[in-house]
Amino acid sequence: MPDATGLELLAADLREQVPDAVLDTEHFRGKAALHVAPASIGAVLEFLRGRGFTFLASVHGLDYYPEEPRFGVQYELLDMSALDRITVKLRVPLDDPHVPSVTPDWPTADHQEREIYDMFGVIFDGHPDLRRILMPDDYEGHPQRRDFPVGGEPVLFTYNEAQGTQYTD
Amino acid sequence: MEIVRREKAGSPESLRIRRQRAQELLRGPELEGAALEKYVTERVMTTTLDRALNWARANSMFPATFGLACCAIEMMAIVASRVDSARIGSEAFRATPRQADLMIISGRVSIKMAPIVRRVYDQMLEPKWAIAMGACSSSMGVFNNYAIVPADKFMPVDVHVPGCPPRPEALMHGIFKLRKKIMEDPDEGWRRRYEAIGTEEIVRRDDIDPLADSEVGTGDGRDQAVNVFKPGDTAGA
Repeated sequence: MPDATGLELLAADLREQVPDAVLDTEHFRGKAALHVAPASIGAVLEFLRGRGFTFLASVHGLDYYPEEPRFGVQYELLDMSALDRITVKLRVPLDDPHVPSVTPDWPTADHQEREIYDMFGVIFDGHPDLRRILMPDDYEGHPQRRDFPVGGEPVLFTYNEAQGTQYTD
Repeated sequence: MEIVRREKAGSPESLRIRRQRAQELLRGPELEGAALEKYVTERVMTTTLDRALNWARANSMFPATFGLACCAIEMMAIVASRVDSARIGSEAFRATPRQADLMIISGRVSIKMAPIVRRVYDQMLEPKWAIAMGACSSSMGVFNNYAIVPADKFMPVDVHVPGCPPRPEALMHGIFKLRKKIMEDPDEGWRRRYEAIGTEEIVRRDDIDPLADSEVGTGDGRDQAVNVFKPGDTAGA
């Protein structure tokens, strides 16, 4: 991990290279993270690739409901020669969940962005093939959203039924 | 050791005697009256063709080779020597649904997998049965969420085996229950329970031979019936 100072130096360089990209830096429990603006994610990852973070280990989505902006997308980068990791975080609101896709530059993001689209409904602009990946194509809704009903079958045991318990209304 | 070469029955006389003896053995003794009655009740069993068929079906169920999850590991164990499903003739797991008549839904079925499971079930020949094995395919168990669908939602199930996963003995118990059901209550078939009589799959001629003339499809509309349920029945799945 870049230590707290290293992270600030990295962020300062990034501010020079890509203006208005860095919103915040975070160094928590030895893990460095950059909060960036959604529109600049491609340039930020390109900058970090030049700094040795050549491997995009994971892209994942989050739902901060009921906070706003609600959705988060995180990019975990790995520097394989320096054994260094950094997280790039961005947030998008519910009414405009658009993030530029990084798939053209990082092919590994292809399926992971599709999964985030499937589970959270974040739309990745510029993705070559943005379809659902886990749920059926005609599925309605995005099941990992926190306001999505848990769904499934109501399980009522005899004991609960006698008490009039209703789990799913 | 001395080898004794017995003379074969060469003369026509001895052949005639032997043949008569064999015929008597087959025909049984010449009996009359009460003795004959007793002989018949002891040795001859009468039954209906239906019962004989059900007996044969119940003792030769061929499960489809079809595993979905951890339950499949337990399902594999029922053909091993400890519980040994071969003793009721259901040890032959068939690798094609066309040769199978029992589907053991051994595991959780996701929404995306359900149409495939349904298709495999539809491809099985009548009469056919299904066992929902484990909590997931019955009540969805611990995976009671948006992704999993219980087997009853998209296909008829004859026996539910609870457990997570059920032990092989439990599955064997379920197979015994199904066997009893086939032998004793054949009318309990799923078409009757689901009021689906007359929805059997009918293969059109151009399905068998795509080059044949497609003029045969002008019947009463039943030759169009390929699916068993209406499409709306699986919408909730």
